[in-house]
Amino acid sequence: MFPARIWREFPQRYRREAAICKKCGKRYFPPRLICAECGGRKFETYVLPDEATVVTFTVIRVAAQQYSDMAPYAIGIVKFDDGLQMMGQIVDCDVDKLKIGMKVRLEFRKVQSHDHHGVLSYAHKFVPKWY
Amino acid sequence: MRDVAVVGIGIMKWGELWEKSFRDIFTEAGLNAIDDAGVDHIDSLLVGCMSGGLFVGQEHIGAIMADYLGQKHIAAGRVESACASGGLAFRQAFIEVASGMSDIVMAGGVEKMTDVSGDGATYALATAADQEYEVFNGVTFPGLYAMMARIYMQKYKVTRRELSAIPFKSHQNGAKNPYAQYPFPIKIEDVENGVLVADPLHILDCSPITDGGAAVILTTVDIAKKLKKPIIKVIGSGLATDTISLHQRDNMIWLKSTELAGKKAYEMAGKKPEDIDLVEVHDCFSIAEALVTEALGFFKPGTGVKAAAEGLTALNGKLPVNTSGGLKSKGHPVGATGIGQVVEIVKQLRGTAENGRQVKKARVGMTQNMGGSGASGVVHIMEVV
Ligand SMILES: [Zn+2]
Repeated sequence: MFPARIWREFPQRYRREAAICKKCGKRYFPPRLICAECGGRKFETYVLPDEATVVTFTVIRVAAQQYSDMAPYAIGIVKFDDGLQMMGQIVDCDVDKLKIGMKVRLEFRKVQSHDHHGVLSYAHKFVPKWY
Repeated sequence: MRDVAVVGIGIMKWGELWEKSFRDIFTEAGLNAIDDAGVDHIDSLLVGCMSGGLFVGQEHIGAIMADYLGQKHIAAGRVESACASGGLAFRQAFIEVASGMSDIVMAGGVEKMTDVSGDGATYALATAADQEYEVFNGVTFPGLYAMMARIYMQKYKVTRRELSAIPFKSHQNGAKNPYAQYPFPIKIEDVENGVLVADPLHILDCSPITDGGAAVILTTVDIAKKLKKPIIKVIGSGLATDTISLHQRDNMIWLKSTELAGKKAYEMAGKKPEDIDLVEVHDCFSIAEALVTEALGFFKPGTGVKAAAEGLTALNGKLPVNTSGGLKSKGHPVGATGIGQVVEIVKQLRGTAENGRQVKKARVGMTQNMGGSGASGVVHIMEVV
C-alpha cells in the first residue's frame, strides 16, 4: 500500500479510536463527516473498549493475492458492548473452535508485510479470551 | 414517461473464452442484440462493466465498444455498480428511452475475467467491498457471504444439505441452457463434498469466474410495434443502496437495498410478489438466493432456503427462480450478469426458452441484480403486452 495512504489512516489503524455522534449517540468506525441516522455533524472521539463479542465469522481458505500466504485464517465481525461493530481477523486460536457469541480481546497486529513499498501495515485483530 | 419495451436480446456462450478478447466478447453479444431487434442503428449505448481496469487494464469502455460495434460517433458510456453494473445499465437505458432523450438504446454488459489469475480475480472482485475497512483485513466476497450464511443457518436452524438445494436446483436449470458456462446437473452431495472456500461455503456454493457479454435493445412501445417484434414491456424499475460494509448493518441477513428496490419496482408496476410468474435473482452465493427471495417478499424471513429445499423455486415449482441456471451454473461475468438476467426473462416471456425450460403461462417476470454484499440492489419487472 502506498505510504501516504497508510499515514493518512493512522488514527483508524493505530489509535483504537472511534467516533460518537454528539446529537444521537450513534457510534462510527471509521469516523464520518455526517451521521447517517440523524444528520448530526459534530462528533466526539472515544477509545474503543478492550472486549467484544463475535457476531459472525468465517475461515478464509482462498485469499486475495496479498493475503494468500496467510490462508487459512479466521476473520469475523465483532460487536463491542456499546453496539459498535467492526471487522477483523481472529487470531491466536484454533479456528475449528470458534463460535458465535465468543468473547474476544482487541489487539493490534501486522496485517500486510510483503507489499512493493516495503511498508508494514497493521490493523485491529481479535484474540479469543480463553487464551 | 414513454412506455418502454425490450425488442432485442443478444447472448453468447459464457465460460473461459481463451480465444476471445474483451472487445470481441461484447461485440458478439451486441451484434446478436441488434440482429434480434432488427434495427439498423442504435442511438445510445450503456455498457455495464465492473472492472475492465483490473481484469484487462482497459477503461473508457463505452467508447471502445461503440467503435467496435460499428456504431460510429453515438452517445456511449460505461456504468459501474460492481456486480450490479449490468442491472444499472439496463435501468439507465430504460430512463433514457422513457424520458424521450433517445429512441433506441442498447444496454449491455461485459467482463473478461480469465486474463488474470484466480487470486487476481479474487482481488478485483473484492474491490466491490469496503477497501479500507473490510478488504484491508483480508476478507473476500465468499468470506462476506459466508459470514451471512453462518448467522442465517444458526438463527433459522438450516442444515448444510438444505442450503445445497440451491446450487443443485441452479444446475438442474442450467443443464437446459445452451449458453451456460456449466450446463450440467450436479448431485446434491457434491456441494458439501467440494473444497471449502470460506466456511461454511464450499466451491459449489459460489458462482464461478466467467468471461461473457450480453446486450439488449430498448425502445418505445410505439417503435417496437413497427418492428413487429414481441413486445416485452418494462413496467417497473427500482434501485437502492445500503452501507458498503457488511458490519455496519444492524441486520446482516436482511438485504435492505433489494427490499427497497423491489418495493419501488412493485409500486411502479402495480404488481405484488404473487403476480410474478418467474424471477432471475443474483445468486452470487447459495445463501444470497435465499436472502433475495425473502427481501423481495416471495418467502418470509428465514424460510428462503427451506423453500428451495422443498422445490418451491424449481422449474415446475410455485415460483421458478433462476430458470437460466443463475449465476451459479450460467456463469457470472460480473458486468454482464444483470443483462444476462434480462435476456432470460425476455426469452421466457416470449415463450422461446430452450430445451424444455420454458415456464408455462409466463406473463410477468422479474430480475434482481446486486452489487457487493448487498450495497446495491436493482430490480426490474417486465410484462408481455
Ligand atoms: Zn447521529
